[in-house]
Amino acid sequence: MANTSGRVIGVNGNMVSVEFDSAISKNEVGYILLGDVKLKGEVIKINKNVASLQVFEMTEGISVGDSVEFSDEMLSVELGPGLLQQIYDGLQNPLPELASQCGFFLQRGVYLDPIPNLDWEFTPSVKVGDLLRPADTFGTVPEGLFTHEIMLPFSFADVDWKVTSIKEKGTYNVREEIATVEDPKGNKRNLTMVFTWPVKRAIKTYEERLRPDETLVTKIRIIDTFLPVAKGGTYCTPGPFGAGKTVLQHMTSRNADVDIVIIAACGERAGEVVEVLKEFPELTDPKTGRSLMERTIIICNTSSMPVASREASVYTAVTIAEYYRQMGLDILLLADSTSRWAQAMREMSGRLEEIPGEEAFPAYLESRISEFYERAGKVRLKDGRIGSVTIGGTVSPAGGNFEEPVTQATLKVVGAFHGLSRERSDARKYPAIDPLGSWSKYVGIIAANKVEYARSILFRGSEVNQMMKVVGEEGTSIADYVVYQKSELIDTCYLQQNSFDPVDSSIPIERQRHVFDLMFTVLAAKYDLESKKEVRSFFNTLRQKFLDWNNVEFKGERFSQLEGEIKKLYKGKFVQFDHVAEKLM
Amino acid sequence: MMQKVYSKIESIVGNVITVRAEGVSNGDLAIVTTSQGTSYANVIKLDHDLVSLQIFSGGQGVSTGDQIRFLGVPMRVSYSDNLMGRVFDGTGKPRDKGPSLTENMVDIGGPAVNPAMRIVPRNMIRTGIPMIDVFNTLVESQKLPIFSVSGEPYNQLLARIAMQAEVDLIILGGMGLKYDDFLYFKDTLEASGAMSRTIMFVHTASDPTVECILVPDMALAVAEKFALDGKKVLVLLTDMTNFADSLKEMAITMDQVPSNRGYPGDLYSALASRYEKAVDFEGAGSLTILAVTTMPGDDVTHPVPDNTGYITEGQYYLKGGRIEPFGSLSRLKQQVNKDTRDDHRALMDGMIKLFASYKESVEKKSMGFMMTEWDEKLLKYGALFEEKLMDLSVNIPLEQALDLGWEILAECFEPNETGLKSDLILNRWPKKSVD
Ligand SMILES: Nc1ncnc2c1ncn2[C@@H]1O[C@H](COP(=O)(O)OP(=O)(O)OP(=O)(O)O)[C@@H](O)[C@H]1O
Ligand SMILES: [Mg+2]
Repeated sequence: MANTSGRVIGVNGNMVSVEFDSAISKNEVGYILLGDVKLKGEVIKINKNVASLQVFEMTEGISVGDSVEFSDEMLSVELGPGLLQQIYDGLQNPLPELASQCGFFLQRGVYLDPIPNLDWEFTPSVKVGDLLRPADTFGTVPEGLFTHEIMLPFSFADVDWKVTSIKEKGTYNVREEIATVEDPKGNKRNLTMVFTWPVKRAIKTYEERLRPDETLVTKIRIIDTFLPVAKGGTYCTPGPFGAGKTVLQHMTSRNADVDIVIIAACGERAGEVVEVLKEFPELTDPKTGRSLMERTIIICNTSSMPVASREASVYTAVTIAEYYRQMGLDILLLADSTSRWAQAMREMSGRLEEIPGEEAFPAYLESRISEFYERAGKVRLKDGRIGSVTIGGTVSPAGGNFEEPVTQATLKVVGAFHGLSRERSDARKYPAIDPLGSWSKYVGIIAANKVEYARSILFRGSEVNQMMKVVGEEGTSIADYVVYQKSELIDTCYLQQNSFDPVDSSIPIERQRHVFDLMFTVLAAKYDLESKKEVRSFFNTLRQKFLDWNNVEFKGERFSQLEGEIKKLYKGKFVQFDHVAEKLM
Repeated sequence: MMQKVYSKIESIVGNVITVRAEGVSNGDLAIVTTSQGTSYANVIKLDHDLVSLQIFSGGQGVSTGDQIRFLGVPMRVSYSDNLMGRVFDGTGKPRDKGPSLTENMVDIGGPAVNPAMRIVPRNMIRTGIPMIDVFNTLVESQKLPIFSVSGEPYNQLLARIAMQAEVDLIILGGMGLKYDDFLYFKDTLEASGAMSRTIMFVHTASDPTVECILVPDMALAVAEKFALDGKKVLVLLTDMTNFADSLKEMAITMDQVPSNRGYPGDLYSALASRYEKAVDFEGAGSLTILAVTTMPGDDVTHPVPDNTGYITEGQYYLKGGRIEPFGSLSRLKQQVNKDTRDDHRALMDGMIKLFASYKESVEKKSMGFMMTEWDEKLLKYGALFEEKLMDLSVNIPLEQALDLGWEILAECFEPNETGLKSDLILNRWPKKSVD
């Protein structure tokens, strides 16, 4: 079949106008022929016989009259075994392979096979004559930690496909034919371990979507205890520059209790990706004892890489996540930063001369953001297994002001909001999540009413602090001052967590519960303290002990020792429990 | 390459002209000959046979009958050791009395480094400034701007760091540079003998806008080549706000919809593609970028500092002649401060936390509240901190600065008031103060 061709009639930044001769479709991929080099682009607008091609490369050197080939395929990703541990650009180009071909610099027009050409040990799970529907498994291969299921391509018609041949157990190349199927009309198709799927279309081959009702443990205290995330849920992390969004995501990517983590570095610094690249292979996943890299996929379209493929990169990431969910796995997708993706849409929209909305973002910004987060979800597959895709996105609001289009549109759709505050990060209170302004609709690891109690102390403590700024410490009652000190204690010793301390950087649930219990007891108690000076000194000592406690190994000798010291300390001044708290204990 | 000459300019708007021509490629360079002389121009848009070019020397005085000759190549810069000690303008023409250089031309604005080829930065750059070395360590291959209110001595700070840093080569990109400041850099570099390993691309306040836009690309293209050749290169860019303002002017000429206070929607990408040139090449040299971003109205949320902050690896916030601990940040510091001294990190965090409390006490005091004993301690601490560590005249090695930090703490606090870990206190707390 001869594909449509065309010729360039205009160039404006990365938007190239192409006059074409026969039929093309929106989101179809086209290539501009520049000598021996082919530059990839996606059709994003068609007007009569002129297509607007968003080119994923620098457009220098393109001339009016250059030939264009259309591919008859939508912008797609390759799915199959071998995706894990890969480092892709936004269009699923494998960056390490690209480096071994092209050296230090990215070279435009070089597109390599996304799925590495490897052999896999295939075990069929169906026999000739069996019937398959799209996404039904017909065999498996072991991929590192997982049993990778080889499925009937999702794009096949939803009819019964009869297996007409299937290879027996053995080692086959990923692109080798391993089975043939036939639809009721007798159309035959060959199957390999690889198939493609258009990135902008959600994969919906599951049975039903479920409520995200299980905590996704991140081992970050302020999140798991106070602002939990759920498997299959969505959350966002807006914050001004330097507030700690990326560090938080990196911590999460290491420690999150999921099967696979996909990191989408979207329009941010290349150096940050490198840290992950170099560290992950060295780090062991405590759950599996294997290298963290084995459960990680990186989609990396950093800020100096072409803007158009930045737009595509988040879709590439979420499509791969949905694919693995279809195998009954829990996947966490971390996108940093969704604002850069939104800006890529804005640049494109500007070049298309669309009517701009607020801050020149296109009018469809909100619907694009909600469509993206909608692709998260906990699902039950047709065979009853459960899988989930959780999406966490950072937002980089202009001027750190959350009243801007991307933050606002995101807040409408997510289930948890971890807002980072400049004030906290300036004071080095990390993670700088504002405990009062943030929220979560999901269930955490500790009884909600206890958390509520602790949170109420934080609120009151902050009120007292505000008041002290007006009336001074001298105008504050001892009782209020104690509340303030208690709120500082939770803040310093529980909410704050040192990401660079080997122990404190990841706190398992068991330890969080253990520490929270004692913290709660300390908060719930009323103390016999005469003066503010005495209050301050008492809480200073407590704080010191808690901090030391946080930095020692769980249930080690020193841990019990410090726990004993804390208990002794608070009992020394203990009068009675606050009756509200006592009921919760 | 065939070079056709066109002499029918269809429109002249700001610095952008359009002309009907064929066989022209996006990004190509052209020479425009006007009554005032010749200027380079480059192709920024193609629409059928209508070609838009931005004229480097500006649109003033261009007439519709002027001649345009397309060169069939993109903008390039010469690269060789002959550049050392030389001063050029934004288009690469000599500003000094030396010869023009045309050998070994390399493209500017070349492709990005493959992230998979990058390495984790690992070498500290010592500056002798405690606010940098202790609190926000500068690292080789870092990209870091100085955020400054106009009127602050940012160029002096830039020059001082450049002098003190152990690098092979300094490349200065001046944008909208005041002539006095240009001379200041030149004199300082010459006085210290560093001029022979310096290359300057200078656009001064009185030069055409378009040339301002070219300066970072010229400087960085040359720097990248030297880095690939194994040199440790330090690029100084001052002032990036002028660069951004030039982009704004161009965008408005091109009728682009502005996103924020008149700046184009791609300001982030435009700045990022320059700053991301900072890199440490495995097996070769490195490129470190130290820039100046003046903040109009001391407003860090202004689009230029704001977008910059989202791109760079931290910033030094210069205010009142000092590097402020708040607002300043080196994001790469943790790559190197784990290997300097065991107390470096903890002391850094602890001292800043206390300094934050000091600021609160100052605020309380200014509102006329009674100062508690704790406030008094903090006030004493803050004063010592500002005098002994923050003052820019202080010039001591890191280790000495750390020791000084402990001394200041011991002079003001009891160990358990510092929030520092007990074992560290045991090792480092100056002995005389432990009773
Ligand atoms: N949890 C943490 N513990 C210690 N330091 C931290 C923590 N989080 C952030 N930091 C410090 O703050 C710096 C900036 O953090 P990070 O890069 O995560 O910010 P960001 O919000 O992603 O900024 P940007 O929007 O510019 O990308 C880090 O380099 C580190 O020095
Ligand atoms: Mg970040």
